[in-house]
Amino acid sequence: MTLGLDSMTPVMFEVTRIWREIPQTYSLEIMPQQNAGAFSFYPGQFNMLYVFGSGEIPISISGNPVNRNTIIHTIRSVGYTSRAMTLLRPGEPIGVRGPFGTFWPANEAEGKDVLIVAGGIGLAPLRPLIYQMITERDRFHSVTLLIGARAPDELLYSGEFDIWRKSGLAIDITVDKANEQWHGSVGVVTKLVGRAGIDPANTVAYVCGPEIMIRFTAAECMKYGVAADQIFISLERSMECGVGLCGHCQLGPYFICKDGPVFRYAQAQNLLKIREL
Amino acid sequence: MRNSFILNRADFNALFTALHTRGYTIIGPAINNGAIVYEELQSVDDLPAGWTDQQDAGTYTLKKRQDNALFGYNVGPQSFKQFLFPPKQRVWTARRTTDGAVIEPEPAETTKLALLGARACDIAAIATQDVVFLKGAYTERIYQTKRSELCVIAVNCGQAGGACFCASTGSGPEVIQGYDLCLTELLDAPQHQFYITTGTDLGEQLLADLPMHPAAARHAKLAAEIVAHTADSMQRSINPAAAANLSNLAEHPQWEDIALRCLTCSNCTMVCPTCFCVSFEDHTDLAGAQTERIRLWDSCFTTSHSHTAGGSVRVSGKSRYRQWLTHKFASWQDQFGVSGCVGCGRCITWCPAKIDVTAEIAAITGSAAENAAQSEAK
Repeated sequence: MTLGLDSMTPVMFEVTRIWREIPQTYSLEIMPQQNAGAFSFYPGQFNMLYVFGSGEIPISISGNPVNRNTIIHTIRSVGYTSRAMTLLRPGEPIGVRGPFGTFWPANEAEGKDVLIVAGGIGLAPLRPLIYQMITERDRFHSVTLLIGARAPDELLYSGEFDIWRKSGLAIDITVDKANEQWHGSVGVVTKLVGRAGIDPANTVAYVCGPEIMIRFTAAECMKYGVAADQIFISLERSMECGVGLCGHCQLGPYFICKDGPVFRYAQAQNLLKIREL
Repeated sequence: MRNSFILNRADFNALFTALHTRGYTIIGPAINNGAIVYEELQSVDDLPAGWTDQQDAGTYTLKKRQDNALFGYNVGPQSFKQFLFPPKQRVWTARRTTDGAVIEPEPAETTKLALLGARACDIAAIATQDVVFLKGAYTERIYQTKRSELCVIAVNCGQAGGACFCASTGSGPEVIQGYDLCLTELLDAPQHQFYITTGTDLGEQLLADLPMHPAAARHAKLAAEIVAHTADSMQRSINPAAAANLSNLAEHPQWEDIALRCLTCSNCTMVCPTCFCVSFEDHTDLAGAQTERIRLWDSCFTTSHSHTAGGSVRVSGKSRYRQWLTHKFASWQDQFGVSGCVGCGRCITWCPAKIDVTAEIAAITGSAAENAAQSEAK
């Protein structure tokens, strides 16, 4: 934990590296400034990141939970604060509150088939889980990663795919819109579930992406026989405090920030069906 | 209750002196801009003697009373929330340094506040905010500090206000707990007096400084009759168990009907003594060297409340009203184990569209018939 005097006050870290992943999307490596304790987190948790003078936003942690020397977040530049974050340079300060929220429970998949389904930037909060599963590969039966992206040049972390395959992951990829160099699948990621070669009754799924993609992927998994309480999803809502005190991230009875962001699909299934809840 | 005494109206200012001597800032009712509001009081002369408030949906009017009651009104637009959980609060300041930045949390004030004239609903609201801010995994540091040296001088309501429904939410009108001293105003017993009970050591100490007289059994009986009459004469009510089912009625057609009337102005959330939604603003100087984070009351009636990168989740007025009502009466219980409503009726009085939560809950949960049957049984 890096919490300071209270959960509302950021602890200052320093940017050590920043690099472009795909268009509009950057990864940011940060380190605690002196006197800060060790930072540890579980896959799927997020931090509130603060850029001096430009605001604070929730960003999931996308780095390795085992190798804690570096703390990595992947940020898509879509708003004022996220854009300011992608313009940071090594040596500049960045405020951190966290880690907050629930995490991807890898233990649930002990001895079972694992299906990880990512849509777009949704791969970022899943990457720590992928790293954990690679490190603890023997604990699981098969581990399959399904990735959907808008276009081939928007495939996040594509430079790591070969390493992941060699580490025992099966990876299947699809894009919405192909280009001339693309010879893989085209279409929505849900189409990949049926050919994943999993034993549905003995599978745990971890799904992250746009909410509509989560719902259709979960429905597809259930169609093949994966139970709703064996599917884990990560949800997004407006968050300003990260600790259940600002009220913005409510989804029915839940505060996404502290009861989530990771939920069993069985918990959220009916809530997600209600428009504008 | 530990002990009970009688204080004469003529000696009431001694309570102000006793509180001031102990270093308390006294917050209580005073007339300001045509309403009875809570502000700092210096003496008994600041109280709204001889005034009452007539309330109904969308209506609030001050009227002269036939007597000189000090607490002859019900609740104004404000609760005590603003003093423990200010509408605008700096959370921290930060400045750039040669090798980075330094953030300093706002020092928390330890002002000794005495809340004079707190009604049962207001006290219940503080208890509700205590659960939200202090009982979870993360505590609200500034609230905790402001809360820590609170003195509560409660008043039992001598009449039911036009929008009140605390008897049905189990939070009033009798003050049961959460007070240091509790007053019941006796207007002709035969002279103008206060029946006072003590709730804490602090209450006992305060009384030791006052010219108290022993309370007789008839005083206790009279006080009990007054608050019982208040409960009996309350015109509005809800069925809390039915209201707790609102979460399961998200698709009820009544939400559309309310949306035709609701202006999404957020008044109800601004006057609510338990609403806790906030947003944060960073104020940075032009040089980019200094900045501060300000916490502001927010409302689920704004579209920005649910804003994400993909747009607002709750765009329609229907969905925003549904969020407010369902959270207040139903999902609040899932989150905190208590209801978010204390029956003060402020959201009814201060709604410019005269929307009455008790009527809407009855319409949505189908509990109108049950409520009528209940009040007939009385």
